[in-house]
Amino acid sequence: MLSDEQLARNFADIAPPLTSDAALLEANQCLYCHDAPCTIACPTHIDVPAFIKKIATGNLRGSARVILDANPFGHSCARACPVEVLCEGACVLNDRDEQPIKIALLQRHATDYVLERKLKLFTPGAATGKRVAIVGAGPAGLACARDLRRQGHAVTVFESKTQPGGLNTYGIAEYKLKADIALAEVQDILDLGVELKTGVTVESIDRLLAEYDAVFVGVGLGSTKKLGIPGEDLPGVIDALTFIEHLKTHPYRETPVGRHVVVVGAGNTAIDAVTQAKRLGAATATIVYRRGEAEMPCYHYEYELAKRDGCGFRFNAAPLRVLGNGAAAGLEVRTAIGAETIACDMVIVAIGQGERTALAWPKDHPKVFVGGDCANGGAEIVNAAAEGVAAAKKIHERLTNG
Amino acid sequence: MADLRTNFAGIHSPNPFWLASGPPTNTYGQVAKAFDQGWGGAVWKTIGEPIINVFSRYGSVDLGQNRMMGFNNIELISDRPIAENLKEIAEVKRNYPKHAVIASLMVESKREVWHEMVKQTVGTGADGIELNFGCPHGMSERGMGSAVGQVPDYTCQIVEWVKEVATIPVIVKLTPNVTDITYIARAAVKGGADALSLINTINSIVGVDLVTFEPQPSVAGKSSHGGYCGPAVKPIALHLVSAVAGDPSVKIPISGIGGIASWRDAAEFIALGAGTLQVCTAVMHYGFRIIEDLVDGLSNWMDERGHRTLADIQGRALPRVTKWENLDLNYHLLAHIDQDKCIKCELCWTACEDGAHQAIRRLPRDNGGPVVEIIDEACVGCNLCAAVCPVQDCITMRQVPNDYPAVSWKEYAAGKGKLAPRSEHFHTATWSPRSK
Repeated sequence: MLSDEQLARNFADIAPPLTSDAALLEANQCLYCHDAPCTIACPTHIDVPAFIKKIATGNLRGSARVILDANPFGHSCARACPVEVLCEGACVLNDRDEQPIKIALLQRHATDYVLERKLKLFTPGAATGKRVAIVGAGPAGLACARDLRRQGHAVTVFESKTQPGGLNTYGIAEYKLKADIALAEVQDILDLGVELKTGVTVESIDRLLAEYDAVFVGVGLGSTKKLGIPGEDLPGVIDALTFIEHLKTHPYRETPVGRHVVVVGAGNTAIDAVTQAKRLGAATATIVYRRGEAEMPCYHYEYELAKRDGCGFRFNAAPLRVLGNGAAAGLEVRTAIGAETIACDMVIVAIGQGERTALAWPKDHPKVFVGGDCANGGAEIVNAAAEGVAAAKKIHERLTNG
Repeated sequence: MADLRTNFAGIHSPNPFWLASGPPTNTYGQVAKAFDQGWGGAVWKTIGEPIINVFSRYGSVDLGQNRMMGFNNIELISDRPIAENLKEIAEVKRNYPKHAVIASLMVESKREVWHEMVKQTVGTGADGIELNFGCPHGMSERGMGSAVGQVPDYTCQIVEWVKEVATIPVIVKLTPNVTDITYIARAAVKGGADALSLINTINSIVGVDLVTFEPQPSVAGKSSHGGYCGPAVKPIALHLVSAVAGDPSVKIPISGIGGIASWRDAAEFIALGAGTLQVCTAVMHYGFRIIEDLVDGLSNWMDERGHRTLADIQGRALPRVTKWENLDLNYHLLAHIDQDKCIKCELCWTACEDGAHQAIRRLPRDNGGPVVEIIDEACVGCNLCAAVCPVQDCITMRQVPNDYPAVSWKEYAAGKGKLAPRSEHFHTATWSPRSK
């Protein structure tokens, strides 16, 4: 077992905040492009050059406002966005063979400023008398709630879990985003007068439709898909989301981790699982993937991160069954040269989430709006936020123009 | 949100930010777009008998990565017909009645020509007139621009002519290319000016091409001195604004101009007495969109500091500008190095040792401890080390209290007051040539 100090180091922010010196230097490197590619690349279209310019002039409050106005989840996106394939990947400095501007860290610099000072940047609009129900307190639902409150509509959010925030609270790699930040960000939104009902599972959209002027569905995806192989129910086999959620909701040392961990799957969640297993103290943590390196669905830099963490990779190895007598003791896989057993005492399944089947909603109902993972099949926080904001705009139009 | 509304010599605008007369205010399309984006006012590109420009007309000075730290131009006044300019001014004013629209004028120094020009301008409905007595290149060779603004009598005379027919406020734009700007400012006041604006651009050559020996900006191999502006000139402008604002015989509003690129610059100009701000180079660099942070930043800063209106801050720094002879000789400072922040670059040492007062001691690098320390008894508190230090708040200047009352040079020279004991460790630099 690792010491508490070592665990704290292992789960410290992978991208530590900039000092104000460094932020000022970095902000002054930004060219302040017009119609900037970084802004276009962001699903919420944050005016990136504008917020960076404001850091350069020392207007941090104004900077945070630009960010959060476009993206209610500007805090978590600054920490967890795949910027390498979004804003930073689009930075024109890449074309000058230079490092792109550190947009994520600058965004964190500005948003931390208002978070630390508890500055309130937005106010609810004058009450319109309209009521909107939102199902799911994840980024999509709360982004929608935030913008509806700014327009003055009454909002009630239903959440089946005990805490709001969705995967921001329960599912982002600990070294990227900690739950306290996610919850503080959510609190900012709730403070606009959002009614939140946690521990409530909505079973019928029809009932909500009878009571509310519009309904937004942002329930996310269902649980991790099953491997469908023998031995899958053995103790020691766990799905990635449950594993990560446990880690995020308990002191580090209370999350059980095997000595030899195998993670099945090679998406971004699989990477989150394998790196965190390693950081929890697993002697070996290995990705097992049925296809080849080039087919891995995870982002390239996530792959690089896992390699830096000392995680192993077994490509072209399809799981056949989990071996073990009372507990997982190995994973049998089929490889090009036949069946092979990988010894392990923990198997984490990360082959994607299924759809949420417990709740059905009408597809073309004028009062029903959808966004986030349940609409896009599973994407980033920033996509969910963008879809929530877009839905709020549509709902507002509908509520004001009939 | 702070109230940024401005009343400048009777000219009203929603905020103090005006576009300065120049390329960004050449046309209706530009000014209308700027107003839509939030600018409070605009001083039209100077109108006069249309001129013919050279093609190559701007030159830039970069500082490291930063482009256009300084900027110059040899462009002349508007090359568009007077009637066309006036028609567009009238149209802008009609469509943007709440914004300040000022016509900048420059014509030959004849009373009837000025009268005719001013009457036509008043007829457009413009809120005010700015007299361009500052342009230092080209037009000055023809007896206009700074050729007028460099001679108090000419300045006074033309302002008088203009005031004979002007029914709207008249702003006189001053050139910094003079030995003492207050003489010109007083002449403008004497002539009846309602307000002043300063500074116009500073005479300059921005560089020389070291392959061809062409001065920049080159026009077919030759160049001419042009007007320098941009962030580089701000300190000069701040000084001249404070000099004019602090002159008791100049009691008319001042529009501050010169290197304003951020809300901080604006706040500094206001603190030194400016009532409105004029911006040109920063817009030429980044476009009209910069107005958003100028307004937002100024407003947020005012809110944070509890200033409600511009009047609350205007001139607040002015009483603190004084003559050197009034400064306190017993105010002693000592540099302090925060060793936890020090990154061991030794820039402070080399600056102090070679460039100042030999008040920093080097320590061996091999012991892992500090590599520089202040020699307290030698430090004269000059600020140089703090200025060169690349780490924020690593070197700070701290006051060394003493029991002696403040004494200025003026008092001390008159035999009043006592000097507190101060360092006698002056000029200790030693150097022995390396043995061969």
